[in-house]
Amino acid sequence: MNGITMEAGLLLAGILFFLGMISVMIRRNVIFMLISVEIMLNAAGLAFIVAGSHWVQPDGQIMFIFILTMAAAEVSVGLALILQIYHQLKTLDTDAANFMRG
Amino acid sequence: MELTFYIASAVAILSTIMVITRYNLIHALLYLVVSFLAVAVVFFTLGAPFMAALEVIVYAGAIIVLIIFVIMMLNLTQEDVQREKDWLKPSLWVGPALLSAVLLAELVYIISALDVPATATIAVPAKVVGLALYGPYIIGVQLCGMLLMAGIVGAYHLGRQQKKVVHRFLQERSAAQ
Repeated sequence: MNGITMEAGLLLAGILFFLGMISVMIRRNVIFMLISVEIMLNAAGLAFIVAGSHWVQPDGQIMFIFILTMAAAEVSVGLALILQIYHQLKTLDTDAANFMRG
Repeated sequence: MELTFYIASAVAILSTIMVITRYNLIHALLYLVVSFLAVAVVFFTLGAPFMAALEVIVYAGAIIVLIIFVIMMLNLTQEDVQREKDWLKPSLWVGPALLSAVLLAELVYIISALDVPATATIAVPAKVVGLALYGPYIIGVQLCGMLLMAGIVGAYHLGRQQKKVVHRFLQERSAAQ
């Protein structure tokens, strides 16, 4: 059949994770940071799929299902928090949320 | 199949670069959909067709739509795009990007130093995945259910608008002033 090497898959996962990590660090808009976290989670899932396909075991795909579930729960709670922050502060700037006020 | 993998990888990387450089949130989300679809193609070429379907349905479908709904609720305007442009100055992103690029170069070196023989990609059928999911991983499935439940309850609790309860007497007095 085909010969996709494990290195190529892991490199793709690494590059995607790196792009998401850069975006998390350089952005100030909180929705962009959430999107970048999604990119990073997706890259981690891709690494699991690559490993699972290399050893022809179902475990990698199962880990991807768990990561998918976690990403869905995380994005729903994160978006609810973003809505609350926007109602309180009237901005999406994360630097505006650097104080605590009960 | 191998060529498909490399083309889809290139599309995924390019569209992710477009995501992290856009100023407009909706444009970034559209590129993110392309990125997720490309990753789904990569899953398909790696012999995980069920995961490719899940990627399209859950990531490119549900999660993106959820983010778009929130963006619609926030009423973002052209000023927000301009402010995003002001925030993303080169002096801010060059430092983290360069240092992360060094780490990525190290990662590329380490991975390319691996000496793994290229094996033929054999598809793991969805039946085997399902049997393992409800066999040895049943505790994980239950924990996922609890996590989703906590996510629903947490999103409802956090997203609820707190009504300001003001007594009728105070309302009349503030109206009189």
